[in-house]
Amino acid sequence: MTADTSLTAAPPRAPTLGRPVVRPQEPAAVAQTAPKVVIKDVHFYYKAYEALKGISLALHDKRVTAFIGPSGCGKSTLLRILNRIYELYPGQRATGEVLVDGNNILDPGQDLNLLRAKIGMVFQKPTPFPMSIYDNVAFGIRLYERTSTSELDERVENALRRAALWDEVKDKLRQSGLSLSGGQQQRLCIARAIAVKPEILLLDEPASALDPISTQRIEELIGELKSDYCIAIVTHNMQQAARSSDYTAFMYLGELVEYSETETIFTHPREKQTEDYITGRFG
Amino acid sequence: MRISGLYARRRAVNGVYLALSVAATATGLAVLFLILWTLLRNGIPALGSDLFTETTPPPGSRGGIANAIYGSVVMTLVATLVGTPVGVLTGTYLAEFGAGSRIAPVVRFVNDILLSAPSIIIGLFVYELMVVRMGHFSAWAGSAALAILVVPVVVRTTEDMLRLVPGSLREAAAALGAPQWKVIAAVIYRAALQGMLTGVMLAVARIAGETAPLLFTALNNQFWSADMNGPMANLPVVIFQFALSPYADWQVLAWGGATLITIAVLMLNILARALASWSNRSP
Repeated sequence: MTADTSLTAAPPRAPTLGRPVVRPQEPAAVAQTAPKVVIKDVHFYYKAYEALKGISLALHDKRVTAFIGPSGCGKSTLLRILNRIYELYPGQRATGEVLVDGNNILDPGQDLNLLRAKIGMVFQKPTPFPMSIYDNVAFGIRLYERTSTSELDERVENALRRAALWDEVKDKLRQSGLSLSGGQQQRLCIARAIAVKPEILLLDEPASALDPISTQRIEELIGELKSDYCIAIVTHNMQQAARSSDYTAFMYLGELVEYSETETIFTHPREKQTEDYITGRFG
Repeated sequence: MRISGLYARRRAVNGVYLALSVAATATGLAVLFLILWTLLRNGIPALGSDLFTETTPPPGSRGGIANAIYGSVVMTLVATLVGTPVGVLTGTYLAEFGAGSRIAPVVRFVNDILLSAPSIIIGLFVYELMVVRMGHFSAWAGSAALAILVVPVVVRTTEDMLRLVPGSLREAAAALGAPQWKVIAAVIYRAALQGMLTGVMLAVARIAGETAPLLFTALNNQFWSADMNGPMANLPVVIFQFALSPYADWQVLAWGGATLITIAVLMLNILARALASWSNRSP
């Protein structure tokens, strides 16, 4: 399966410069799905500094939610709460509730490793592990599953196919993941994240370090993946939010200013601040 | 023309600093080459086959330093095998687990003291601890003293190398649900492996030439001995003893031993550098 075959959700489109582009041919309303993640009054602190000041919103299953806003607005922080990756660093803490399928993941009793195995994350910079392409993808699977060699081969191949990387790497699976180009490395990281069959995918500016062509491939990939996952993406690029998301949340100074369907945010924003940001008047 | 005046001064200052740096470098290199030249001029003629096959002779008869070569190799090997795991684990604690703990800075401080402690103190320490209690000098005691010298070097390089691994790699592995020990063992060690190996090589190079700690521990043995529980010949002490002696044939053997040890340490350093640059290209 190549990147161009199943693009019913998000037709490929050349990156457009200038004002954000909306999709006029699609219906205004996004068909509602069940909320997968419900965020309730979440505050976040870096030591004494309050980075998030009471965020509440719901992420829908099988939909893409984009988080936009100027640097330092807390959008990445919010994403990092959803798999509690912030706990790697002392002095960071979150309060409030984050319900995933009704289960509060901020509860101290949560097993963090099991939680993170269910919630995949892709970072701004590609982070291939210093091991072969195959082992990169198999890493997560081997952590929690005992699979036969043939089954593992199949899982790795499927993940790489879904990440639109298979054709480029199928003959060099034993080579180091670091030998790939930046765009390929990022798709390898996406393959690694979906290989463990997570329910939620968190993408933290996944294309910001990539060239336009790699960016377009990643965006096409997001369009394909959303049929199976609840996807949250943080982006600095408003065209990217407009192109690849169903819902958009605009954040500013640790607060959620506006959250709505992407089409609405980019055509009829309710708040003056949102309009100023998306039209490039500040940010 | 104020600007050109300022520029001329900067050029002059630049010239002065450049000249000073070149002079300092030239002095250092000149001394180094002088030492190497003297060593090779006196040492190369001593490198006969007897050197490697015969044991240390009484004054006035033919002999070699085979027993000392064997002793040095064995004690260095044992010391490295004992000291490396301790050093690696301590370095791992400092870099990965100790963040935010109160013990870590103390351990780091003590390690730095140990790193710069005169090796003769280590020799005396092991003398009191082992030689006095056992009632005789032994290769075990020599290995123990050398192992104590290995530990701080390996601790320091391991910690430094682990800190060089970008945090994004730890986040990426943790985000897949890997527990911390797995993140470290499977991903971080792999990323830092060559640097850590370089540290071990440097430690080996350091202890291979240490005389003082062996004087009080393994002492020397004129005969071939593979008994770890008794005194054992070793290159540094033989060189020390023979070079100070009034006998010309002993002095020739000392030059031979010195050349041998220098070449070995040089090779280890070159190997360490080769490993490091090899890791920079593709792990």
